Amino acid sequence: MSVIYSETQTLETEEQMNETSEPSRFRRIFWHHPLAWTGLIGLVALIGFSFAGPLIYRASPYALHLTAILQAPSFRFPLGTNNLGRDVLARLMLGGQMSLEVGFAAAVSAMLIGIIYGLVAGYVGGWLDVIMMRLVDLLRAIPGLFLLIFLDSLVTPSPGLLILLIAFTSWHGVSRLVRAEVLSLKHRLYVEASRAVGGSTAHIALRHLLPNILGTVIVATTFMVADAVLVIASLSFLGMGLPPPTPNWGAMLADAMTYLPQHAWWLIYPPGLAVLWTVLSISFIGDAFRAALDTRMDSRLPGGRTG
Amino acid sequence: MMKYALARAVQAVPTLLLLSIISFVLIHVVPGGPAVVMLGDKATPALIAQINRSLGLNKPLWVQYLIWLEQLLRGNLGYAYSYHQTVASLILTNLPRTLILVVSAIAISHVLAVIIGIYQAVHRDQPVDHALTALLYFLYAMPTFWLGVLMVSMFSINLGWFPSGGLYNPLLAHPTLASYMDHLVLPASVLIIGSVAGWGRYMRSSMAETLVQDYIRTARAKGLSERAVLVHHALKNSLLPLITLVGMSLPSLFSGALIIEIIFDYPGMGLLFWNAAQQRDYPILLGIVIMVGVLTIVGNLLADILYAVVDPRIQYQ
Repeated sequence: MSVIYSETQTLETEEQMNETSEPSRFRRIFWHHPLAWTGLIGLVALIGFSFAGPLIYRASPYALHLTAILQAPSFRFPLGTNNLGRDVLARLMLGGQMSLEVGFAAAVSAMLIGIIYGLVAGYVGGWLDVIMMRLVDLLRAIPGLFLLIFLDSLVTPSPGLLILLIAFTSWHGVSRLVRAEVLSLKHRLYVEASRAVGGSTAHIALRHLLPNILGTVIVATTFMVADAVLVIASLSFLGMGLPPPTPNWGAMLADAMTYLPQHAWWLIYPPGLAVLWTVLSISFIGDAFRAALDTRMDSRLPGGRTG
Repeated sequence: MMKYALARAVQAVPTLLLLSIISFVLIHVVPGGPAVVMLGDKATPALIAQINRSLGLNKPLWVQYLIWLEQLLRGNLGYAYSYHQTVASLILTNLPRTLILVVSAIAISHVLAVIIGIYQAVHRDQPVDHALTALLYFLYAMPTFWLGVLMVSMFSINLGWFPSGGLYNPLLAHPTLASYMDHLVLPASVLIIGSVAGWGRYMRSSMAETLVQDYIRTARAKGLSERAVLVHHALKNSLLPLITLVGMSLPSLFSGALIIEIIFDYPGMGLLFWNAAQQRDYPILLGIVIMVGVLTIVGNLLADILYAVVDPRIQYQ
């Protein structure tokens, strides 16, 4: 009896502490983390470049200037032109829009699938859990890029379909994290108490489990956005993904490879730097989130990336 | 130990079974179905009917699956119509080249990651440690395909040190060992840089954790040289996590190899896969997906067993 009593005591104080200190702890660490600022400034600059940029720099990303192909940067074309005489800067901006939109949507979709899958597997447990986790093991075993190329060859990709394909090949990481958290939470006293007073499964999942795994999920999703941008670029570098003339950083770089002997550096550096800039900015924010939300997991295992 | 190895092996069986079931489903999803997958452009209505009969397509689905699984276990992965060869023989010629690339990258990046990790752990929190951490972070975020393009641009085109591709000259039946090595340097380097970036920081933290252990203090107190402490006492223990990391990195190593093989025109499994995707040659695509899946699952299994061999503390619960 005394054991149970003291357990509830500590739990209560722990919860009270969490109640008052969690948001302020987040603010204190996140906003004082140098990586958070670097990443946020980088990301805001990127969003501004991709979405506000075309409002200021009004050149068409599709117009062909056949008299001015493979031009080095000049006053008329600040980042030069490609082999068809298309404006590289305008294409870089539009490619940014597409990368950010698809990357973000794919990561959020993967997150939702992963949360639901992990919650069900962890909470229901038993045989269902065993079977569900073997599917996760399998998806972990097949290299993402191989699976994506295979699926891509079955369909004609559109932005919506690309989001689904990337989400389908990347949700398993989140589901593993969510399941592990649920397993550690589901026998806590406050969850058992809620069940004892007749709380429904949905109520327990939404009110007791979800808030506690949110930190882990946010960190993992942030890194997933970075990985998704990398995957989109890798796919279109390989000639998969969205068909031309839709500009994409990976496809721009693939085109540039043909003109390496001509030293067309303005075709090689801008798209590569854009991908690197995006991945670094988002990873910085992810690392700051991880420090501030105090998650135990390391969502950036070396096996995590696909591109 | 044997018990652990066996239990761990049993655990891999359902995953492998699931891989076969999903592949079986995918064959039926592919345009044309299994008969076209096996026949390709040789498909005529009569042949399709014959294949369908021999596959037992009029039988219940689970019987069909068992027939297909038996064929798979015998190594029959179907016929690759764009190459006029069986998929199995295609994979057998291309897989070893990919394995050379991946295995040499694993070996060299291990050595580099260990050296960098030890160096950082010893110089912990000094400027050189922070500089290396930043460099590894930067390289980790570096897209494989961009690194590949930059390497070609710098070392093949500007400096002319290494060839940018074309390992298999149709006039030469087999490349000489020297020319093989020459063609391997750049692709392997790209894969190595990516892996070192991922493993280096694990090595650093693993080494830093080991260096504050009691037995290290004891070793120093015995009067051993710092070198002996590092190499004989600390290194052995901090190497352990790397074994599991290799198993877990296999999928990303294969993905990396795919991109690299395409950039450098290196005729491995990745290039074969990519060409098959352009041709929509589904038997090759499926065969390689199955092959890579099996390799990764078995690779992970071996890594876990190896871990238990080196670290006798591991027990199976």
